[in-house]
Amino acid sequence: MLRQLHSLPGLIASLFAIVLTVTGAVLSLNPALERAGTAVPDAGQISVAKLAGRVAQHYPGAEQIERTPSGTLIVYYTRDNQVGADRVDPRNGQAIAAYEPSQFSRWVKNLHRSLLLDTPGRAAAGTAALAIVVLAISGATLLMTRLGGWRQLLRPVRGSLSQRLHIEPGRAALLGLLLSALTGTYLSATTFGLAPEGMEAEPDFPLEVSGGTPAAIDTLTALKATDLSDLQELVYPYPGDPTGTYSLNTDQGAGYIDPASGEWLSYQPHGTTHRLHELIYRLHTGEGFWWLGLTLGLAALTVPVMAVTGPLIWWKRQRSKPRIAANSRPNAADSVVLVGSESNTTWGFARALHDSLTSAGQRVHTAPMNQLAPHYRSAKQLFILTATYGNGKAPASASRFLARLKKITKTPELPVAVLGFGDQQFPHFCGFAKDVEVALTARNWPRLLPLDTIDRQSAQAFARWGHAVGKALGIDLTPVHTPVHPRTTALKLAERIDYGADVHAPTAVLRFTAPGGGRKSGLPSRLPGRSGLPHFEAGDLVGILPPGSPVPRFYSLASASKDGVLEICVRQHPGGLCSNFLHALPVGDTIDTFIQPNPDFRPASSKAPVVLIGAGTGIGPLVGFIRRNRAHHPMHLYWGGRNPQSDFLYETELNAYLADRRLTELNAAFSRVDEGAYVQDRIAVDGVELRRLIEKGAQILVCGGRDMAASVLATLNEVIAPLGMDVATLKAQGRYREDVY
Amino acid sequence: MKKLTLALALGLAAAIALPALAQAREVTFTTELQDYNGDGAYTALYLTDANGRYQGTLWVAGEKSKYYKHLRGWAQGSGLRSNEYDGLTGATVGSGRSMTLTLDLSDELIDAGYEVRVDTAVEDRRDNRADAVIPLTTDGAGQPVSGRGYVQSLRYTF
Repeated sequence: MLRQLHSLPGLIASLFAIVLTVTGAVLSLNPALERAGTAVPDAGQISVAKLAGRVAQHYPGAEQIERTPSGTLIVYYTRDNQVGADRVDPRNGQAIAAYEPSQFSRWVKNLHRSLLLDTPGRAAAGTAALAIVVLAISGATLLMTRLGGWRQLLRPVRGSLSQRLHIEPGRAALLGLLLSALTGTYLSATTFGLAPEGMEAEPDFPLEVSGGTPAAIDTLTALKATDLSDLQELVYPYPGDPTGTYSLNTDQGAGYIDPASGEWLSYQPHGTTHRLHELIYRLHTGEGFWWLGLTLGLAALTVPVMAVTGPLIWWKRQRSKPRIAANSRPNAADSVVLVGSESNTTWGFARALHDSLTSAGQRVHTAPMNQLAPHYRSAKQLFILTATYGNGKAPASASRFLARLKKITKTPELPVAVLGFGDQQFPHFCGFAKDVEVALTARNWPRLLPLDTIDRQSAQAFARWGHAVGKALGIDLTPVHTPVHPRTTALKLAERIDYGADVHAPTAVLRFTAPGGGRKSGLPSRLPGRSGLPHFEAGDLVGILPPGSPVPRFYSLASASKDGVLEICVRQHPGGLCSNFLHALPVGDTIDTFIQPNPDFRPASSKAPVVLIGAGTGIGPLVGFIRRNRAHHPMHLYWGGRNPQSDFLYETELNAYLADRRLTELNAAFSRVDEGAYVQDRIAVDGVELRRLIEKGAQILVCGGRDMAASVLATLNEVIAPLGMDVATLKAQGRYREDVY
Repeated sequence: MKKLTLALALGLAAAIALPALAQAREVTFTTELQDYNGDGAYTALYLTDANGRYQGTLWVAGEKSKYYKHLRGWAQGSGLRSNEYDGLTGATVGSGRSMTLTLDLSDELIDAGYEVRVDTAVEDRRDNRADAVIPLTTDGAGQPVSGRGYVQSLRYTF
């Protein structure tokens, strides 16, 4: 809901918002430019009478003196029956130059407030300003939810480049944008009479004047009592008009002054609404607050960036959304299929079930688990197909499922069948599906079938389950799942470096290039986009399809596409289909690959120290991060291997990175030597240093095997206990990330 | 270009108190603006006596009454009372454009020392009180006068 509230106005308003903010930023320069070209005497130095006296020496035909909020003085005069306007120096009343408002500024201003389209344009501009208010608030709320609370709002963010380009400027400019957009919305509302614009009755025109001989202007009492810094405008009596008076408008009020006696004939102080309107107007335009104007202008320039990255993010999310043909509405469906998926593979199975139920004549509604409704009017059965994320956590499309389930007060008469997807190799196999099953049982939810699980996307197991569903429903059901893989890119193995044969842990660093890329292996390409590689960052995953298996295997990337090579670090497992295939691959052969972004596992863009922890091939993405650390942020690497003589992965590179300070400190532990140690042992020994780094806001990235990750977590808990913290706190703050296999 | 026909209901006793005797004639005022650099001009045409004293409003061009105070001479004379200009307002006149106003004027206003004045004001630019002034005489018909500010020329024809 909140996301829709953010993306929908964003998509519609983005073009208007770009026009509004770019023009606003241009206009924001005006108060500062004006202020720079003006001498402004301090308050209390010159009275209006004194100034008018000085002006009178140079402008006998002066008709009006105007002071802008920035302090520029403009004299309107008639000379030889021709009217004119000059900017004058308050110190002597002399002309500085003729006053000629810039044509460009006027054009930009009209573009800003009416898109050069008059009233409809003004309405559009006002609506766009309101949209920016909505976007700023909903965006900040989304970010708050993402970072886990308002207090965390300034924490570093992870994500793809467009996400970071969307979030970081937006966060920095939030207050400025809110101020500009709120005041802009108000000003637009006053134009259409929807808000009071602080109009007040003019002071009464004096019906009688003394009629005496006009006195010299610098002797008039009321003008003497008014400081120049309070002046807005002084209008002279029309020559030859016996009832003529001075009309004076100041920051405090307005009225008429007798030209002979110099006393107020009438005076009316400005009311609160008027002053408020004036303040809002100045806050919006920066008039009189040039520094604020520049700040707001700078903040406004973030909007074009967000207006481009926002739709880009939206488009990527839309594209990755699974398409379900002939999807019924929730209340019209006979069968409801809810899907919990992290990387969209489970959607393929959901689609297969959806299609086979549909061809059996059912109306089917398929949706993410997060869209669980308390009631489906005509549904006869519910299917829940879900994967598990990490250590038994809910996948992305099911993150709010259990919370929503809790809110349902009355358990519906809707028999349910839960099907879990996972990989038997992992300890928390189908952990989330089991949690869902337990939660449903606790609520006495009727059962269509007991919990079933599918190991490694087995099409046969899924077909069996589908058959069981058909039997339970009394229909013939044969769902066929054909795995769909993302478009693959063929890459050529350009170079391999082998390690670890002596310690029975054959490990290879493999470097791939685009077959037509024509680059020499290992040479980093400084020209992005020329390497022929798809875009990826170190820490993202590459999916590789080994011959004879429809299921891709994923490897963490040890390079970014900017490096010009796709690099992975692969250990050969006995009987491992893909690792054996890769280890046997001769240089020059090609494989089919696709990229799966993993934006959560990479250093956040901040200057805080980074602690990298890994063992074995887990060093891959960590080396990738170090290689790209050209800004020389402090990076500390803890890594465990077996024997420095045999499997010290990346030894040469790491020493080079230490020398050029891309790597601050290297702590390597080896287990198969005398007094051997594991990486967690090095962490325990280095407790003091690690506490110091964590106190400085360090983020920790752990990559490697499951057992190593568990030991590291336990050790770190002990290390940081004296700080009154634990790893769970760090995780909640987004400062502890794992990539575990 | 604007073509407006209206019967002038001036606050003048002579013009309204003697409807049977008073002969009226159709007068067309043409106000031509210069090519100045700025947005549309707020423009007021009003009738004064020979001493420049306000007698009545002929037309106010400008959508927003909050800016009317910038039409200084007219504002002072009319006291900005809305009953002085109700039904006599329209859109601003753009730079380089002209405005034509046709109305019925009582014969008693011609050759009797009355004048028509034009006040103008443009956003971010100066206000012009009595930008152009033209006496209402039989001989003056068709003789344009030039303005001091944004008004290029002002003329009337019977």
